[in-house]
Amino acid sequence: MKKLMGIAAAGAMLVALAGCAGGGGAASEGPKALDELVVGFAQVGAESGWRTANTKDIQAAFEEAGIELKFSDAQQKQENQIKAIRSYIQQGVDYIAFSPVVETGWDAVLNEAKAAGIPVVLTDRAVDSKDTSLYVSFLGSDFIEEGKKAGLWVLDQYKDSTEKVNIVQLEGTTGAAPAIDRAEGFADVIRQNPNLEVIESQTGDFTRAGGKQVMEAMLKSNPDIDLVYAHNDDMGLGAIEAIEAAGLKPGEDIKIVTVDAVKDGMQALADGKINFIVECSPLLGNQLVDIIKTLNEGGTVEPRIITEETTFDQEQAIEALPDRQY
Amino acid sequence: MSALLARLVANRLFWPIVMLLVLFTINLVAFPGFFAVTLRDGHLFGSLIDILRNGAPTLIIAVGMTLVIATRGIDLSVGAVAAISGAVACSIILGSPEPANPATVAVAVTVALLISLVLGMWNGFLVAVLGIQPIIATLILMTAGRGVAMLITEGQILTVNSPPFKALGSGFWFGVPIAVIIAAVVFGVAALVTRRTALGMFIESVGINPEASRQAGVRARGLLFVVYTFSAFCAAIAGLILTANTAAADANNTGLFIELDAILAVVIGGTSLAGGRYSLVGTLVGALVIQTLVTTVYTVGIPPIATMVFKAAVVTIVCLLQSPTTNEALSGFRRRLALRAGKGVAAS
Repeated sequence: MKKLMGIAAAGAMLVALAGCAGGGGAASEGPKALDELVVGFAQVGAESGWRTANTKDIQAAFEEAGIELKFSDAQQKQENQIKAIRSYIQQGVDYIAFSPVVETGWDAVLNEAKAAGIPVVLTDRAVDSKDTSLYVSFLGSDFIEEGKKAGLWVLDQYKDSTEKVNIVQLEGTTGAAPAIDRAEGFADVIRQNPNLEVIESQTGDFTRAGGKQVMEAMLKSNPDIDLVYAHNDDMGLGAIEAIEAAGLKPGEDIKIVTVDAVKDGMQALADGKINFIVECSPLLGNQLVDIIKTLNEGGTVEPRIITEETTFDQEQAIEALPDRQY
Repeated sequence: MSALLARLVANRLFWPIVMLLVLFTINLVAFPGFFAVTLRDGHLFGSLIDILRNGAPTLIIAVGMTLVIATRGIDLSVGAVAAISGAVACSIILGSPEPANPATVAVAVTVALLISLVLGMWNGFLVAVLGIQPIIATLILMTAGRGVAMLITEGQILTVNSPPFKALGSGFWFGVPIAVIIAAVVFGVAALVTRRTALGMFIESVGINPEASRQAGVRARGLLFVVYTFSAFCAAIAGLILTANTAAADANNTGLFIELDAILAVVIGGTSLAGGRYSLVGTLVGALVIQTLVTTVYTVGIPPIATMVFKAAVVTIVCLLQSPTTNEALSGFRRRLALRAGKGVAAS
């Protein structure tokens, strides 16, 4: 603790000195050369194909820009991520970017970053904190919107249906922003048709094995499932296996809607095993580099930047598949 | 009659089996067709089959863990070893020109299992030769192993399209899931080799009193080597099943926390973490309790937020019921009740 305080004190003195020299606080130090910049990135893990694509894109974008990137993998654990961020603060990186594993519990460590004068950029996932001064920008998808897009397709698909439509939902990691928001957006939209009902909802932890095991059990306890809404492709792919093992045809007997559009998911969509995918683009690297460059030059960035995304049905998937990078 | 009941209750498997039956009943109430096993597409289909199939990896690892724990040790590295074996097998299959060829799969599986033997011997070396405490020795591989698996997969989830490999996890042989058959074979071999020979007794003696067993001429060192190697071997088999189940090697998630499930299965089965007497049948019951618990959560539809609390409650109850202290308190309570009832009768 003493040591930490010592470092903090030394840091404060440095900032003060820089302030004297520059004559206007840390922000007006002037832009650093790009190859002198150090950015610390704390990734969630490699829990899905999407995440891996996200990691690769960010690493590639920084390498291309010539900015040093310190990378850490939290293996889906918040305590690992907090440790990584603390170590970045101690190392005195220029910027910190991270995708929070869960939404809550970040105030303490983000305050430490703020006190050390290191701007924080959130990527892909948000934090649930009232104090928006803790980060400069949140770059990522609008998960509620993604849930809504999925819901709209379902609404359209069953608009003429007079019977009850039994929907099961495979949720992401409990407490994670995409899991909460994708469920919320979806529920908001399908509420418009009283025939559409989510009869069961269970977490599959965003993994294939999780999706498969949950789907197996759901198929046993609910014989007439009409549609599966999975919060990511991997759980949808797991569900496909379970549905096939039950002697049913995924995409026909049971329709599947997922979010993400990673390559394996797109392949299944093109093969007719998934019916609709809402894209959630992992290619944030260039946008993140742009944010860092703007901040470095003393500019301001929007507090919320949304990635550009689309949706795919089966025909569009066949077209898009050949040049899918991830 | 009551003497028989008392003997039953005193059996260390009594409460775990009761818990298993209670879980079954909960499932049956929530979903009347729970026990129904039908033949679909020429294979068995039903919730019980799911429990057996999904529980197979945990059981296989728990069998190896039982023997390790009986020597007063513990193996935390099983999850990491499972991830490594899955990663090795998938990368070999992906790298070969004919992924669907059974020979390719055989090579991949053999290499993965051989590597696990090396990993197990490493654990055995640390524990038996260097005398490092098992929890620390295996912690090394637990942490480093996932890193190794990540290196092998280059941080990717490796998806393989190989029907013979996939069959290991989700295939059927004469209608029975292959994973269940593998688990039965591992269980049977372990039971035969340790209980039909003196090996089991040697293992127990090392666990109860290493010094006394050394003076009695039991070679603890070799025994520890064998036990840790077997544990890693079991972990590798489980890793292959887990990987084949989704046809994808996921270095981060394959076998994540399975060491805890396996240890729990062993403990629920009545084997003490202090070493010594062990029960493979108990481990079997323990593994079934754990998997049934998971399936119950899905069947009954317990909300994800409450899942952990539900699991913790069930495990706590089993452990409390098994603990000698609680049992003593309970039987004291029963005796007082009987006494009071007896007095009541006498008074009237």
